[in-house]
This record gives sequence, structure tokens and C-alpha cells, in this order.
Amino acid sequence: MSGVRPECVVVGGSAGALEVLNAVFPALPRGFPLPVLTVIHQPEHGSGVLARLFRGKCEVDVSEAEHGQPLTPGICFGPAGYHLAVEPTRTLSLSLGPPVWFSRPAIDVLFESAAWTFGSRSLAILLSGASEDGARGLATLRAAGGVTWVQEPSTALARTMPEAGLRLGGGQEILSPGQMAARLRGLGTEAT
Amino acid sequence: MEAGENEVVELELRLLLEGIHERYHYDFRGYTSSSLRRRVTRALEQLGCATISRLQEQVLRDENVFAQLLQFLTVQVSDLFRDPSYWKALRDQVTPMLGTWPSLKLWVAGVATGEELYSLAILLQEEGLLERSLIYATDVNAEALRSAEKGIFALDRLRGFSENYFQAGGTRSLSDYYTAAYGGAVFSRRLIEHVVFSDHDLATDSSFSETQLVSCRNVLIYFTPPLQERALGLFSDSLVHGGYLCLGSRETIRFSSVAEDYEEVVPEDRIYRRVRR
Ligand SMILES: C[S@@+](CC[C@H](N)C(=O)[O-])C[C@H]1O[C@@H](n2cnc3c(N)ncnc32)[C@H](O)[C@@H]1O
Repeated sequence: MSGVRPECVVVGGSAGALEVLNAVFPALPRGFPLPVLTVIHQPEHGSGVLARLFRGKCEVDVSEAEHGQPLTPGICFGPAGYHLAVEPTRTLSLSLGPPVWFSRPAIDVLFESAAWTFGSRSLAILLSGASEDGARGLATLRAAGGVTWVQEPSTALARTMPEAGLRLGGGQEILSPGQMAARLRGLGTEAT
Repeated sequence: MEAGENEVVELELRLLLEGIHERYHYDFRGYTSSSLRRRVTRALEQLGCATISRLQEQVLRDENVFAQLLQFLTVQVSDLFRDPSYWKALRDQVTPMLGTWPSLKLWVAGVATGEELYSLAILLQEEGLLERSLIYATDVNAEALRSAEKGIFALDRLRGFSENYFQAGGTRSLSDYYTAAYGGAVFSRRLIEHVVFSDHDLATDSSFSETQLVSCRNVLIYFTPPLQERALGLFSDSLVHGGYLCLGSRETIRFSSVAEDYEEVVPEDRIYRRVRR
């Protein structure tokens, strides 16, 4: 990994991504110092489902984003029906722009905002999914000097998303879920 | 991306917003920056400009380009009976109280293309309140307002609207309220007989007087805290004692200085009641 330590982790995925998060998020140790903003494609209705799903099995805080909420360490999911972005004021914002790749929240929106706000101090992780959402945002973040990981397509339930990420040139490292968990844990201890 | 590119873009964006404010008196300077930047980026692609600086030149010199840009800067996404649980709560818990006032003034701020307005009018009609209601329907985007006034929605959206309507406790058929024409569903003119459509900017204008209900849904999410504070101040000035404030499902007054003037009526659906002046 490059010399700069990330200040913010952004994660995106769709079909098959929950399985990966199940392997990665519970591995984050209590006191993990970074915010982990996460967008997973989901139906427009029903709120708080993802946060509830993970709260029980994680050591770090798990929440669903509110507009205006300050950025804090822990896992934060974008709510169904809204785009999630991070602002230069280090707060989260929600918006209702048109869906991107038929999705709201969209991964592209989150990744792009992280690229603009944190540039080389961001880490983006693109997971399994049957859509091309996220590939463009990943490339933007990479071009801004950020660190990017793409799930090894052969380990993904749906390869479209990681493959699109690699095709647009945004993928810096290709990792399996197990490797991602280990590397993230390392980041946490490196930083403390 | 070259070093500093990001800073240059941020600077260009700030200058563009300053220019728009001076030239056209629209004030986008208090909007959240990442969503603004994303929308301006999309506008660049569509209007064929390589940089925001180039766009700025055209915007300042040509009103028509500004009019086009305005459509990108404001987000018109909306649905009839969006968030059915909110509309159900409004029907079950708010309209009975509204019924205790002899006449009603309601303000829908950020009405966009009208979906929320027609939902509200249908609800008031079904609860027997529409006849004594006056509704102010306002938005900063005049083109959106014109389309709200027309009340025509694409037929392929009606199925989803209708599902929302039933989930929101509707007991009739949504088709009672529209006729199919012009390739769309045209909502009944009777629903907007007592509606005043008006160009109104929450960032620069003052408020409407003595309302019993203000609905401003999914507008505050575009604002930074100071502008949110301004808008919430307008609503507080406008609402009578006991009046209702309705926000979008992910918006809250919790972080604002007006919070203590309200009680939560239906917290999960962001319905508040003004209890102190
Ligand atoms: C996403 S739409 C919300 C539509 C509807 N209220 C709903 O919840 O479905 C946001 C609307 O806010 C309007 N808006 C943005 N800035 C505004 C301002 N400063 N004053 C008034 N309206 C504004 C936009 O033009 C747009 O129509």
C-alpha cells in the first residue's frame, strides 16, 4: 500500500456482497479508527435493515446514515432510496438525485465524493455485484491518488461489478475476501 | 488527476456559484458541495463544456444557458405518496387535528413537479378538508412549478403510485383522480382549485403567514447546516401554535436551534408539532 494512511474507507457492492461483508466486517476490531461508509444495492423501501443485520455481529459501531451526521469511526450504511456522499466538512449527506445504474444508493456517488473529499487519503473497496455501478467512481478515486481494492472476480458470486472496476482501470489490488479482512485489520492496528 | 486539480475544481465551483448569485440572484452557495459538484459535472457533459470556468462564461453571458443549468442544479425526483407510512401517519394522526381549525393554510415548500402536492390534496379531499384549505405550493424552480400546475404524470408511473396510495391507507381507486390524456395521467383540476403556485426561494425569500401545516420534504438534504437553519426559521415564523412541520424521512430538526420549539408527533416519519414560540 502507498505511504499515506487512509482517513476514510468506502465500500460498495451488490449481489453477493453481503456474504463478503459477513466475512470482513465482524473481523474489524473494537477501536478500529476509520469510518467505513458502505453502499449495498437494496430495494427502495425498508430502512435500517442492513444496519440491524450487522449490529449484532460486529465489534465496531454500526449505523445507518442521517443527513448532516459527522464522520465517525465505524460502519455506516447508506439508507435505501437515497444517495450517500461525504462532504468536505467531514459530514455525511444524503440526496435524491436520479438513480445511477438503476440504483439509489449508488456506489459511484459515494466513491466520487470520497475521491473529491479525501483524494489520496481514501481507500475504496469494490465487491461482488451484477451491475457496473462503482467502476467509474473507483477510477475517479484511483486517479485522485486513493487506494483501491477489487474483489478477485473468481471469488465473487457476481463478477460484473469487479470486472467492470478492473476494466475501467480503477483496480490497484485484487484481493479475496479473506485477504481484505486481514488487510483491513492491519490498517486498524497500524493506525493506533 | 494532477496535483491540485481537485482544489482548482472546488475554486471554479465556488466562483460559478458567486457569479450566479450576483447575476441571477439564485443562491446555491449554501448547498452541500458534493451533490452540487456531481450535478455540475453532469451539466458539463451535457452542455459540452470542458471545464466549469468555460461553463461560467456561458452562464454569465447567456440567460438560456443559465436556465438549462438550473435544471441540473435542482433535483426534481418525486413520487405520489412517496414513503407510504408517512402519508398513513398524516392521515391517521394529523388530519383529525387539522379538522379542528375552521379554515386551513398549508405550505408545501419545494413542491417540485407536484407529486407531493397532489398526494396532499387527495388526502385532504378524502378527509373532508380540501374545501376549507388554501395550499401554497412553492419551489425555486419555476419550470418545475409550471409542470406541477399541469399535474400530468407518465402512465408507466401510475402503477407504483397506486400501490403507494393503498399502502398509505387510500380506500378508493387512484384512477378516480385522473383521466388519461396527452399520453399521461392528468390529475383532476378540482384538486388544485385552492392552490396558489409561487416561485419561492428558501435561501433568499421570507415566509408565508399563519399556516397550520408546512411540508418541506427532501429539500433540506441539499442544504448545509446554516441554510437548513434559515429554512427552518422560515417555517417556525410561518406556523401557528399547534401547527405541523413535516420533513423527509431522513431529515431531522434535532441538530437545529428550533428543535426545542417542537414536539415529535411521529418521530419515525418526521412529523413535528409547534408547541412554543
Ligand atoms: C427532491 S425534490 C423534493 C420533492 C418533494 N417535496 C418530495 O419530497 O417528493 C427537491 C425540490 O426542492 C427544490 N429546491 C431546491 N432548492 C430550493 C430552494 N432554495 N428553495 C425552494 N425550493 C428549493 C428543488 O427545485 C426541487 O424541486
